[in-house]
Amino acid sequence: MILSAFDFAPVWLTLRLATATTLILLLVGTPLAWWLARTSSWLKGPVGAAVALPLVLPPTVLGFYLLVTLGPQGPVGHLTQALGLGTLPFTFAGLVVGSVLYSLPFVVQPIQNAFEALGERPLEVAATLRAGPWDRFFTVAVPLARPGFLTAIILGFAHTVGEFGVVLMIGGNIPGATQVLSTTIYNHVEALEYTQAHWLAGGMLLFSFVVLLALYVPGKRAQGSAS
Amino acid sequence: MSGISARLGLALGDFRLDAALDVPGRGVTALFGHSGSGKTSLLRCIAGLERAPGGYLAVNGEIWQDDRQGIFQPIHRRPLGYVFQEASLFSHLSVRRNLEYGWKRIPKAGRQVGFDQAAELLGIGQLLDRSPARLSGGERQRVAIARALLTSPRLLLMDEPLAALDLASKGEILPYLERLHDDLSIPILYVSHSPDEVARLADFMVLMEKGKTIASGPIHEMLTRLDLPLAHGDEAGVVVDTVIGEHDQAFHLSRLDFSGGSISVAQQPYALGHAMRLRIHARDVSLALERHGDSSILNILPARVVEIVEENPAQVMLRLDAGGIPLLARITRKSCALLELQPGMAVFAQVKSVALLG
Repeated sequence: MILSAFDFAPVWLTLRLATATTLILLLVGTPLAWWLARTSSWLKGPVGAAVALPLVLPPTVLGFYLLVTLGPQGPVGHLTQALGLGTLPFTFAGLVVGSVLYSLPFVVQPIQNAFEALGERPLEVAATLRAGPWDRFFTVAVPLARPGFLTAIILGFAHTVGEFGVVLMIGGNIPGATQVLSTTIYNHVEALEYTQAHWLAGGMLLFSFVVLLALYVPGKRAQGSAS
Repeated sequence: MSGISARLGLALGDFRLDAALDVPGRGVTALFGHSGSGKTSLLRCIAGLERAPGGYLAVNGEIWQDDRQGIFQPIHRRPLGYVFQEASLFSHLSVRRNLEYGWKRIPKAGRQVGFDQAAELLGIGQLLDRSPARLSGGERQRVAIARALLTSPRLLLMDEPLAALDLASKGEILPYLERLHDDLSIPILYVSHSPDEVARLADFMVLMEKGKTIASGPIHEMLTRLDLPLAHGDEAGVVVDTVIGEHDQAFHLSRLDFSGGSISVAQQPYALGHAMRLRIHARDVSLALERHGDSSILNILPARVVEIVEENPAQVMLRLDAGGIPLLARITRKSCALLELQPGMAVFAQVKSVALLG
């Protein structure tokens, strides 16, 4: 039977990876997006370009540098070893680090665009109504930027599910540890196990289409800022 | 230490704001000037939305900014209300939650304006559960005003709150603004470039030009100072604060009294003692040396000529003193010569019509 031969481990691993990556990206990406949307510092250009790099770089380039940096001889590798954490490549934590960097622009850019579209006015109004900076951020900026956050979550999650090159290089495709959906499909095809490959590839196709449908169907998400 | 005192300067590109302000700490003070004269910039500096370097600002004894002492209260700690030109309601909150936004952020003990009181004052009790997207422009601006009032501000700043509205909505809001003025003792700084709004609402006025505050004083004085542009042009005129002194049932007239005399108008539906503000345009005042008993003009006020200024080769503008109340009269230069009018002369001002401002 197909189901008995079906190995669910890569599916769960992929979902865990995408969830962890999306959550971390929201924590890291939101302040970064806020800063990019509001700063007038000269650093805005270079930082914005660095955030966008994963959009154009071959994933192998990112994976290569991550291996070098996080490996036993790399600067981060030295640090993690000194802290008693071992090295990150070929572990789940390593996959998460790689995925966070790889999906960064997909989370930062929609949130940044939403913050930029707000303009100053709603925040100024909130300030005249006694709201301090944090208060303004959480009660005005974030709720008004909600469509941007939804887009960021969907794209960040889906893009992490769909990555291949980075996870192959930094994860090593170790069954049960770092083998995710995309690399499993690759294995099946290499081994000429087309049935299994079909199941997984078809599932991915369906998943990706449904996710993108959620983004492209016009709905209540597209609300303006302060009217 | 009552009053609002400010020394605020700011450079924004080519524009320089250089404002010195000393105005009463109560009533409505109009910041008046053409667009681009710096009214809004000054208001934003007072709110703390812009930071004027080296500035000084004290409001009824409280120092909000004094850079020499290193004092700069951030906006959200200043007890002010701000009404922007566009209502700027939070689109993700209902009208009620918009109103509550500032209200629940001030201590309970400091809530001098009640929720229901503000909703009633601005006539928005029916709109509380709506979304801002489903309000008309006038309704939105009334909600914004109520929202600002609910922080129980010690100073209310209004930046042309009617400018973005059509004529009908303006007419809808003006009575509410007058009620604010009459019912609450919150001092208001009101930015406007409309002489009519100012004549209706303001007690005190600051005139701005090219980023500078060029003159200030009580509205009656400012509208009649012949050295200022306000006292010229077709709309020039005075405002007179009166109270209803008598109703003449036989002729359906009401007598409105002020210190310089009285004016009769068509009967008003208010009780004796009700305060009414009139606007008397300079073009509606003519002069006579004697009181004519045979004129159809009802309102004739004894006055004294204070100043005469030539407006153009055909016309002159006169400032009169009617029992302590200034009046403006625009007549032809020829009439002025025929009557041999001079400062100090006693005349009779014949008022052809008045506008009731409520």
